[in-house]
Amino acid sequence: MKLPAFLERHEHHDEDAPVPTAASLGLMACPHCAAVWKDAEEGDACGRCGTHLHTRKRQSLNRTWAFLIAACMMYIPANLLPVMITRTLFGAQYDTILSGVIYFWVSGAYGLAAIVFIASFLVPLFKLAVLFLLVVLAQRGSTWRRRERAKLYHIIEVIGRWSMLDVFVVSLLTGLVQIQGFAVITAGVGIAAFGSVVVLTMLASLSFDPKLTWDSREAQATLQENEVAQGHENRDEKPA
Amino acid sequence: MSEEDQPQDKPAPSAQPPLPKPRVVRRREWLPSLIWLIPIVAALVGITLVARILLERGPEVVLTFKTAEGLEAGKTAVKYKDVQIGLVTHLRLARDRSHVRVLVQFNKEAESFTASDSRFWVVRPRLDTSGISGLNTLLSGAYIGADAGVSKDTAGEFTGLETPPIVTRDDSGKQFLLRANDVGSLDVGSPVYFRRVKVGQVAAYELDGDGRGVTMRVFVNSPYDKFVGMNTRFWQASGIDAQLSASGFTLRTQSLATILLGGIAFQAPDDAMGPVAKENAAFTLAQDEAAAMKEPDGPSQTLLMYFNQSLRGLTPGAPVDFRGVVIGEVKSIGVEFDRAEREFRMPVLVQVYPDRLRRRAGESGVESRATQQERLRFLAEKGLRAQLRNGNLLTGQVYVALDFFPKAPPAKIDLNKSPIELPTVANSLDEIQSQVQEIATKLNKVPYEQIAGDLRTTLATLNKTLTATEQTVTRINSDVTPELAAAMKDVRKTVNSAERTLADDSPLQQDMRQTLQELTRAAGSVRVLTDYLERHPESLLRGKPDDKK
Repeated sequence: MKLPAFLERHEHHDEDAPVPTAASLGLMACPHCAAVWKDAEEGDACGRCGTHLHTRKRQSLNRTWAFLIAACMMYIPANLLPVMITRTLFGAQYDTILSGVIYFWVSGAYGLAAIVFIASFLVPLFKLAVLFLLVVLAQRGSTWRRRERAKLYHIIEVIGRWSMLDVFVVSLLTGLVQIQGFAVITAGVGIAAFGSVVVLTMLASLSFDPKLTWDSREAQATLQENEVAQGHENRDEKPA
Repeated sequence: MSEEDQPQDKPAPSAQPPLPKPRVVRRREWLPSLIWLIPIVAALVGITLVARILLERGPEVVLTFKTAEGLEAGKTAVKYKDVQIGLVTHLRLARDRSHVRVLVQFNKEAESFTASDSRFWVVRPRLDTSGISGLNTLLSGAYIGADAGVSKDTAGEFTGLETPPIVTRDDSGKQFLLRANDVGSLDVGSPVYFRRVKVGQVAAYELDGDGRGVTMRVFVNSPYDKFVGMNTRFWQASGIDAQLSASGFTLRTQSLATILLGGIAFQAPDDAMGPVAKENAAFTLAQDEAAAMKEPDGPSQTLLMYFNQSLRGLTPGAPVDFRGVVIGEVKSIGVEFDRAEREFRMPVLVQVYPDRLRRRAGESGVESRATQQERLRFLAEKGLRAQLRNGNLLTGQVYVALDFFPKAPPAKIDLNKSPIELPTVANSLDEIQSQVQEIATKLNKVPYEQIAGDLRTTLATLNKTLTATEQTVTRINSDVTPELAAAMKDVRKTVNSAERTLADDSPLQQDMRQTLQELTRAAGSVRVLTDYLERHPESLLRGKPDDKK
């Protein structure tokens, strides 16, 4: 099939120039097998693999907001509560993430301190901030620096999985150091909160549809309307 | 974007007809609500966590200590029965640098520790009389011990104890007060024994306000506090009690620890302890068991005595004795110049316990009508006098003896004086001494020289007499002796002639014998005549009849 001229790829295309999308052409791609269907309805099954077809991720902004807010809430106890409780002969020590960083820094392990600080404190914070930015801008249909926003989205997708460093360290130590009477390390409540922050941010970034960044406000409104209408149909069908 | 709107409109006609709006609205509200559950749950979890922490936070108090040795902010725990009830959050120096202010964040359940009489102290390794304590803190570091108060008032600032209290409020038992002259070898933590079983400890001691003694607080643990009765006596069981008496040498000790560290023992005399003593009952702490078990002395009477002799060997505390029974002791001795008499007198102040005498006499209350003083005057009139006597010839110890001296010059006791003065008599040894002195003085007065002169004159006269006698004798010798010899010769001659006359063969003797024979024959003839005359009395007249015949 020969593509029309406007479908041809341009290396340095102006990001604000109108670009045809699948939605604008009335096409819908299957998210699973990538088959493209014309005149398909929101929620129709893919003719090849049976996956429900959607122009955009369903409830993307709502879900992202929900996960994001939950992650923000958990971020506070994750940093305030002890993540690791070390009980030795010399007494019990309660370590929060930042107290561990301070301990490493004071004892001269600057590299380690930096790693822990970046992986466990900065990265979640960065993810939360970036997601906020993306969601807010996407919701407003802003066209501001969409290319950089796409890059940001890629970055948080890549680094998201690495911020579980603390969780790994604590679970490893908890498993290893169980010398009864001398030293016992147990996980604190903070690590659960921290883990939930990581998981929630990952879920948030998963539920965020980057296509929304590129949709204009009008396009978004139409899509939402369609989605609602389709969802309504789906719901009506089920009892029938 | 108009291009985007159009393609979407196209599939619509082929689909079902549009459905009513209201249901759409409902759908819109229902769906997001599921998603929004997640942040709600997260909020709930977060709020729960924060709330738990906030709710677990109890009150915050300030403890002041002399030193923060071993304390660490954020690490040192406050423990009660080894359960952590709080954490030291900050250490600050006081403004005047005299002490350390320790900020403690309590747990929620430790609210009762803010009672104003709560006590706090630092538990460190400690070695004292009661043993070694706090060894576990060698590794774990010091912690702050707490003892919850019972007061209704709360306080935000406490002064920490420098040493752990011996008795905490959860110890059951009773506290008693002991009054003593001095602490002796006792210390806080010194044991209290009952029948040599350790039943308690010395909890505290302090000087009395007037400085005249020491008040100790002893704590007797719970099952044993019922052995403390109103009659119970306490004594210092410190050290060794060695006694050398007529029955031999006795050595009494409590436990070895007591010998080294001291302790207190208690028991009731004759095991008649009386009703169980109440908390904070006061007792007297005696120096030793004997003193503790002594019957109470009753009221004492102070007497003053003036001795006119050396008080060497008499010390305060020396016994005052009545015929061998100690009834008091010497309080003080001194010297005094009597202006009226112009001489030194030695005043001795003694304290006697008249009850000791009465008890030994075995009766009481009989003479209770008379006052103490009147009785004393009566006794003095009877001849009661004080005397210094030698108690120990080796050491020269002297004691005051009270006894009756009926021959002593009568003395009057002035009952209005205080202390009452009791007349004294000199010591018997001193008496002899003074008598000898008197004799010597008299001997001194004898006119030996005059006597010697007289004697010499007498002897000269005697010499003359003897010479005269000798001359007389010589004269008698030369004049009388020859005469005497002649007289003696004459006597011998006379005797010789008498002897010859009386000899057997002398003619006188023979003549005598013949005479006597003749006499014998004559007598025979007379007997024949008388016999014949008896038978023939008529013959006197008629003559012999035979002749006729």
